[in-house]
Amino acid sequence: MSEIVVKAENLGKKYKIGTAVDRSPTLRDAIVQAARWPVRLVRGELQPRSEVIWALRNVSFEVERGQVLGVIGRNGAGKSTLLKVLSRITEPSEGYAEITGRVGSLLEVGTGFNPELTGRENIFLNGAILGMKRQEISRKYDEIVEFSGVEQFIETPVKRYSSGMYLRLAFSVAAHLEPEILVVDEVLAVGDAEFQRKCLGKMSDVANEGRTVLFVSHNMSAILRLTNESIVLEGGEMVYRAPTQEAVEFYMSSGYAQSSERRWRPDEVPKESAPFRPIALRVVDPRGKVGDVVRSIEPLTVEVEYELDEPIQGLRVGIYLLTIRGDLVFTSFDTDSPAEYEHYGTRPAGRYVSRCQIPADFFNEGQYVLGINASSYRVRRYFQDEHALTFSIDSMGAPGKQWPESRLGTIRPRLNWRIEEQFS
Amino acid sequence: MTTQTKTTEGPLRSDETLILKPTTGWISLNLGDLWRYRELVYFLTWRDILVRYKQTLLGASWAILQPLMQMVVFNFLFGNMANIPTGEIPRAIFTFSALLPWNLFSKSLSDASRSLVSNRSMITKVYFPRLVIPMASVLSGVVDFLIAIVILIGMMFYYQVAVPATAWMLPLIVLLTLVLALGVGLWFSAWNLHYRDVAYFIPFLTQFWLLASPIAYPLSEIPAQWQTLYMINPMVGIVEGFRWALLGGDPVPQLAWILSISISILVMVSGLFYFRRMERTFADTV
Repeated sequence: MSEIVVKAENLGKKYKIGTAVDRSPTLRDAIVQAARWPVRLVRGELQPRSEVIWALRNVSFEVERGQVLGVIGRNGAGKSTLLKVLSRITEPSEGYAEITGRVGSLLEVGTGFNPELTGRENIFLNGAILGMKRQEISRKYDEIVEFSGVEQFIETPVKRYSSGMYLRLAFSVAAHLEPEILVVDEVLAVGDAEFQRKCLGKMSDVANEGRTVLFVSHNMSAILRLTNESIVLEGGEMVYRAPTQEAVEFYMSSGYAQSSERRWRPDEVPKESAPFRPIALRVVDPRGKVGDVVRSIEPLTVEVEYELDEPIQGLRVGIYLLTIRGDLVFTSFDTDSPAEYEHYGTRPAGRYVSRCQIPADFFNEGQYVLGINASSYRVRRYFQDEHALTFSIDSMGAPGKQWPESRLGTIRPRLNWRIEEQFS
Repeated sequence: MTTQTKTTEGPLRSDETLILKPTTGWISLNLGDLWRYRELVYFLTWRDILVRYKQTLLGASWAILQPLMQMVVFNFLFGNMANIPTGEIPRAIFTFSALLPWNLFSKSLSDASRSLVSNRSMITKVYFPRLVIPMASVLSGVVDFLIAIVILIGMMFYYQVAVPATAWMLPLIVLLTLVLALGVGLWFSAWNLHYRDVAYFIPFLTQFWLLASPIAYPLSEIPAQWQTLYMINPMVGIVEGFRWALLGGDPVPQLAWILSISISILVMVSGLFYFRRMERTFADTV
């Protein structure tokens, strides 16, 4: 039974930044390049000096038939690139992979769905795109429709579907593909709870039938439930492979989670800071845990822990919040409220924690930087660290997540929209 | 993408091993893979046809109205104003019979050229031989052609034009048109992924190409010393041949046939290889 069906050997994938990622080069660029060719020939610069990033490098692993393997990693760790290479969407830049059997990828359900076509037409079209034969689709048609639960609307163009219906139909087609190797990327982050349960059930069915599954998700509980072994990717390289429990612990702890907490060793604090002495800054979720990833739909608490060797008059301890690109989102101090300001006119020596809560539904997904500042207004700045820590916000469940697009903007508030029909 | 198969059957079989590795240089056309995905060509063609006239008032009548309106404009310009002779053939049929293969060509060409970009969501999400996309675009043009040909037959009844024995060649000429359209479309669709300029260039190209083809005027209007040069345009043989096979009249010079056929095949074969070579970076550049 221990037959190897996926074997990756030193797989690597590189992208050129500036050409492949940012935009398509225009004809003008090509002409300009061509015109400069003799110059570069003379200068010996024939290799264009574009920057290369390795989205994936030196990844080697094997998967046995029937195994459900989890793939864990932060954004940009190379998870999606790995799946794209294994499902033949893009070819590796180095190394090779051997795959035995038909690969079905759920990198995004509903690929090739056309809004103008009916549900029935899209089942056939999508099935064909995913590599099913017409006969095969006809045979499974009833099952697909039943699983999706959109029977009444099957002759309606899918542009009139609700996003939930659309998604259910799309997932149903993909779930009936019956590939030997199923590659799944984050599909479970969408849909309502009941449908998610259905999908998880379908996936474990697939696994129980002896099929091989590669499962990528940020949802650690789903990874834990569905997979028995996982690999951890970091910066395009595979850094860990272990039974899932261990791999998840490795991922959540070593190296990663520290970014949500910053501790200052005594020798890191400049002398000029005295009598203010920072101890720690951390981002805490509602369960009191310091995690790498915080969900945007939960409130988060920022704690600044510090010690005062002497009393300080007019002290304010505060935070800066910046986006990962360095744009300031806001600044806030612990004595912003008049009451606190009055009460702590002079702060006695001692050990303190200044704590504030950032409400739920505030952040958009992405990475944020937290800095701290301790000062007395117009008197003195004791301590400042504008980049004390970074943390990630996961927008799962945030408003508008029914559309799988990414939202622009730094914040993602849940606004109280109302739609009124106007009768004239 | 190199796919070396250890067993004889294709990527959809459960018992074979695919090897994914970087490819360098020129690669095989891998037509076997294309054959296994032939149903996808069918489904994509069918989708293009179904979707084409959705949310239009006149629906598929556009397939008739477009060439009819073109014909009216051309007849006015070239007949009433320039007064170019069309021989014994009524001007309406003369122009319309040339517009049919021309529209099949230009529409297939421009659809195919845009096809990779407009189907990019599929390219970045699922594997299939990318060739099926431009192929389906070219094939979906055939339906409009078939609708328009019904009108042409009606016009021939009206003007009482007899169908000559050469009409059996029409399907072959249509095939040649598709070969040329696919060939040019393959080059342009791959370029269009890298350089979106192509999309802006194509309308200009087809307009120029239209005027450089014997659609509103016969080949005989071209001065004799320029005719050989003129025939390098492979559409000359196709359009003249189509008109001759359907309506009779002066036979098409042999040179026009030879040039049309050889250039069309050359463009398609080179297009296939070029497309296959560029295919491996499609998902990264799109």
